[in-house]
Amino acid sequence: MRPIANTRSVTGIPTGRLAVWWIIVSEIVIFGGLLGSYVMYRLAHDSWANQAAHTNTMAGAFNTLVLLTSSLSAVLAHKAASEGDGKKAAKLLGATICGGAVFLTVKAFEWTHEISIGYTITSNTFWSFYYTAAGLHGLHVIAGMIIMGIVAKDAAKGRELHRVELIGLYWHFVDLVWIFLFPLLYIAK
Amino acid sequence: MAESVETQAAHHEDAHGHHGEMSFVSKYVFSTDHKVIAMQYLFTGMAMALIGGFMAYAFRMQLAFPGEAVPGYGIVSAANYNALVTNHGTIMIFWVAMPVLIAAFGNFLIPLMCGCDDMVFPKINRLSYQIFLLSAVVLISSFFVEGGGFGGAWTAYPPLSAKAEYSLTKLGSSIWLVAVALEFIAFLLGGINFVTTAMNSRAPGMKLYDIPIVVWMIVVASILFMVSVGPLIAGAFMLLFDQTLGTQFYDPDGAGDPLLWQHLFWFFGHPEVYVVLLPALGIVAEVITTFSRKKLFAYRTVLYTTFGTGVLSFTVWAHHQFVAGIDPRMANIFTLTTLLISVPIAELCFVYIATLFGGSIRLTTPMLWALAFIAEFLIGGVTGIFLGASGSDIYLHDTYFVLAHFHYTFYPIAIIGTFAGITYWYPKMFGRMLNETLGKIHFWGSVISFNVIFIPLFVLGIAGQHRRIFDYRNFPELALPQYQDLRILATFALLVMLAFQVVFLYNFFMSLFKGEKAGNNPWKANTLEWTVPSPPPHGNFAEMPTVYRGPYEYSTPGRDEDYWPQNVPN
Repeated sequence: MRPIANTRSVTGIPTGRLAVWWIIVSEIVIFGGLLGSYVMYRLAHDSWANQAAHTNTMAGAFNTLVLLTSSLSAVLAHKAASEGDGKKAAKLLGATICGGAVFLTVKAFEWTHEISIGYTITSNTFWSFYYTAAGLHGLHVIAGMIIMGIVAKDAAKGRELHRVELIGLYWHFVDLVWIFLFPLLYIAK
Repeated sequence: MAESVETQAAHHEDAHGHHGEMSFVSKYVFSTDHKVIAMQYLFTGMAMALIGGFMAYAFRMQLAFPGEAVPGYGIVSAANYNALVTNHGTIMIFWVAMPVLIAAFGNFLIPLMCGCDDMVFPKINRLSYQIFLLSAVVLISSFFVEGGGFGGAWTAYPPLSAKAEYSLTKLGSSIWLVAVALEFIAFLLGGINFVTTAMNSRAPGMKLYDIPIVVWMIVVASILFMVSVGPLIAGAFMLLFDQTLGTQFYDPDGAGDPLLWQHLFWFFGHPEVYVVLLPALGIVAEVITTFSRKKLFAYRTVLYTTFGTGVLSFTVWAHHQFVAGIDPRMANIFTLTTLLISVPIAELCFVYIATLFGGSIRLTTPMLWALAFIAEFLIGGVTGIFLGASGSDIYLHDTYFVLAHFHYTFYPIAIIGTFAGITYWYPKMFGRMLNETLGKIHFWGSVISFNVIFIPLFVLGIAGQHRRIFDYRNFPELALPQYQDLRILATFALLVMLAFQVVFLYNFFMSLFKGEKAGNNPWKANTLEWTVPSPPPHGNFAEMPTVYRGPYEYSTPGRDEDYWPQNVPN
């Protein structure tokens, strides 16, 4: 049972969307604090470039492409949902989840390789940031995929279609964080 | 809650028709009702306040009578002492001030004052409390693991917090950190609810300038919390990895820097002062207008001042680090911003005094607390100038002067402000009046003894007494008899203060059953919560209200009554 409070919209913005934006605000400062710390350290330690040279830029670039594409299908899912086509929205969300899965798989191969040749979270503070930042981002990808699965399940039955937009918003945010992580951790040598 | 069945609005009947048959557990333990969740936060906060107060008792006894067994606690060892002061600070800020001022009052007041039936996301609200309760249990459990509770001060500076060979509490440090992290998650969830509810679910007709100040203040505080806590969450991950995995984020042996933690911590830690201060200021605004029967002086100025305070509060954090090795030029900038932020806060105090001017003041218990808030907080603010100016801070840093200063801010916030709120809204929360005589005894006992505790500590601080010393007998030049006498005086005053809390607890629990029935509006106040029965039924309003005017229309000329509720058309 939704309370009456949940049905009102004094600002004209649906309550769910408003809440997701506030979640994103609080997430921005979490990643902002972590990446801000990393940038300050990086500026003070030129030698980290030698460490960063061992990251796999191609894998990172491929993952960037995968995540951006998955955001496209999230947008198309929103379009389908706003037209009332829950089945199509669910399929497109499924495509986005697949994108997330490919991203994580590539990441898993990358990490396995790096750990096996001795670059672990404790080997150097660059690698500590590398694993912490990408790991925190990876947790957000996993959370997004789980929530998206729930939303897609409902959407396929034509229920709670407004949630397709909300999870899309969150997914774009996760995408955007990666857009910052990729140059900071992979490209900057 | 018999009357709640009669006052059900038609649209509620289908969903809640059965709630008279709800079991105790589903009604009070797993409820999604914002009022029940508010009570859960309030009672958990009160229980934690007793634990935090007991810790203060134990370490103050050790300071006054070093090496002697403390009745009810036993011998306080150095490690115990560190764990007690650390967790006293942590508990009083994160498990007392935050849950009571923001979560309990926010949950209780926002839907009632905004004229809606509940929070926008009741289940997330319930989840928020459950995570909070879990965090409290986790924190307390840290005292019972090998090595005991964390003893690196509530600010948890590395390397003391990061390395077990320094803190000697490998498990305690990590459990402490996990508890704080869980508590942050609880308040992020709660804050999102508060902000969206106040933004989106206000009653028809309630414009931005018709929102009661306390709601504004809690909302601004929630936003401040949301945008300041992020870097500390990131920092906490890094600290946890330093503790458990052996990374070197804060370790200069690697490429790390312990100062980074201080920046991340105080970037949150200073706005946090305003996170708890603003709700207290809001409570005081409500109480002062009601009991001086006067319109709040300069409503919009209060609002803009609050926003200004919020913005400025992000620019002052490094004044905690003047002796930590930051660039002196940087210290000058932070001195300037710190002195600037005293301007809006002083302005709010003046606004409240201007509201009192010419009013018909009624010295009820809540009003006494509200007036005491202004007076005591003023002392806290004025002594803050000494610490905000880097020149004098270098001398006073880490002395009892600092300790007395922040207790003169946090005691008015967390204790005086809270008691103003509890005594003011008690009739609405429980449907009965508190006993005024007992209330006044409790008020005078608590406020006088509070001053007797902390004024001596200012003196000790100026004399150069360092705040982290466990047994002064090891420092003969600091343990002179005149200083020891002041420490004993402060400890006796603490015992008196704790004893007076028994009066409050007696009054609180006796009045639940024996208090005079309150009726809907015992204080003749204007805001929407006073238009519904006490305690408000499930769903709050039998008929959803419409708002016609601001919340502070007292003593309007030409009206028979000296108040004008927000929902009365004319």
